[in-house]
Amino acid sequence: MISRHDFEADASGMNILSYLFKSSLGRKYIMAASGLALFAFVIGHLLGNLQIFLAPEVINRYAQFLKDNIELVWGARIGLLGCIALHIWTAISLSADNKAARPVAYADATPPAASMASRTMLMSGLIVFFFILYHLLHFTVQVEWVNGVEKTFHSLKTADGHHDVYSMVVIGFRQPLVALCYVIAVGLLCLHLSHGVGASFQSLGLKNKAWGPVIDTASKVVSFLIFVGYASIPLAVLTGIVGDSVAR
Amino acid sequence: MNLTLKVWRQKGAADPGHFETFQPKGIVEDMSFLEMLDVVNEELIEAGKEPIAFDHDCREGICGTCSLVINGKPHGGQKATTACQLHMRKFGKWDTITIEPWRAKAFPVVKDLVVDRSAFDRIIQKGGFVSVGTGGAPDANCLPISKEVSDEAMDAAQCIGCGACVAACKNASAMLFVSAKVSHMNLLPQGKPEADRRVKNMVRQMDEEGFGACTVTGSCEAVCPKEISLNFITKMNRDYGCAILKG
Repeated sequence: MISRHDFEADASGMNILSYLFKSSLGRKYIMAASGLALFAFVIGHLLGNLQIFLAPEVINRYAQFLKDNIELVWGARIGLLGCIALHIWTAISLSADNKAARPVAYADATPPAASMASRTMLMSGLIVFFFILYHLLHFTVQVEWVNGVEKTFHSLKTADGHHDVYSMVVIGFRQPLVALCYVIAVGLLCLHLSHGVGASFQSLGLKNKAWGPVIDTASKVVSFLIFVGYASIPLAVLTGIVGDSVAR
Repeated sequence: MNLTLKVWRQKGAADPGHFETFQPKGIVEDMSFLEMLDVVNEELIEAGKEPIAFDHDCREGICGTCSLVINGKPHGGQKATTACQLHMRKFGKWDTITIEPWRAKAFPVVKDLVVDRSAFDRIIQKGGFVSVGTGGAPDANCLPISKEVSDEAMDAAQCIGCGACVAACKNASAMLFVSAKVSHMNLLPQGKPEADRRVKNMVRQMDEEGFGACTVTGSCEAVCPKEISLNFITKMNRDYGCAILKG
């Protein structure tokens, strides 16, 4: 028997925060929104980095611009850190629920019609996370023992005494192993994004019959362009297209 | 046909279960998949063995009772087809066929290939209906509904609640089922007054039953015998978001 009581407006006593953090759909909203914010950063970061193809002075001026606006940079860093924390927390929490939902596996555990990207989100995300840690130690904190060069990046200065980011990137990527790590990592990042961006719009309910297919295609195309953009930098350094002016 | 069947046998919820292999005689290509299992069971009964328990009812693809994962695919993987409408001519003469039950924490195995799907009933009890005062039948055209909306609501209402979506999903998520049930009510004017509480209550019950979350793999849509679209999950995500924002 269904009583009126079962169908009260809100029998749970939950508020918006408990809906967001406890329900499966709420946690998916958090995962999607934090993911889209990180996606926006990935695009912005790429556009900044691509200035390396213009001239050493251009990317160095951009680096100095960021250093001169350290308050804004730290604001962005804290925001990104928050997004990463929420993205990882929801990933762990939802994955645990998802694993628990199927205690006995099928004889053949490959789910029908699911793309490789969609099945490997946790793994691609984890590897990208460890890559981010490496990337921060490499080019942001500039720890000497991770760069594979017998030189500290801190010592690289331009003629006017500012930090020489151009030379740092060129010297950093002249190490084939380091460059290879970067290419593989951005490849996995883009595999992650090719599914994640479209799925974020789906999780947030921001799709319909008209532009759902457009979002899904755009998600794959933009991810591929991001891969081409990011991978082009280490590859250009390795092939000598960028960095002739930096002494070997 | 000279088939080899690998069938999941499990005495009850407490039994860990195992695969048992059969090589049935007398299977012909014109049989339906369930008729093939009937033949196997007759052989087993004649030999004094326990027949394979499996769910079935209408055998014409409309009731949603049959629930077999055949070669890793719920209902056998034929487009828009339930297991009862699947025919043996779709298989090779010497095929090995693996038959398993729906596998999900929320669908405990009762016996062999039979699972308990009352979790779905409890979700429906939380809002898969409209509360209307009964009385004289209203005039048929007193509520104007556009063709597009009524078509979409009917597409959602096609769901027969078989649970293939849960069985196919790598997370054993019930999102396709719940979103179809929420949408077919929420789209129509009769369902609008209770739309917000419906989606909140049904989602809460879905979570409490222990189904997983949606990771948008599209497995559910691919195996759904009624071709329910992933778009209903988007719509439910939107309805739920609006409902929790309103409080």
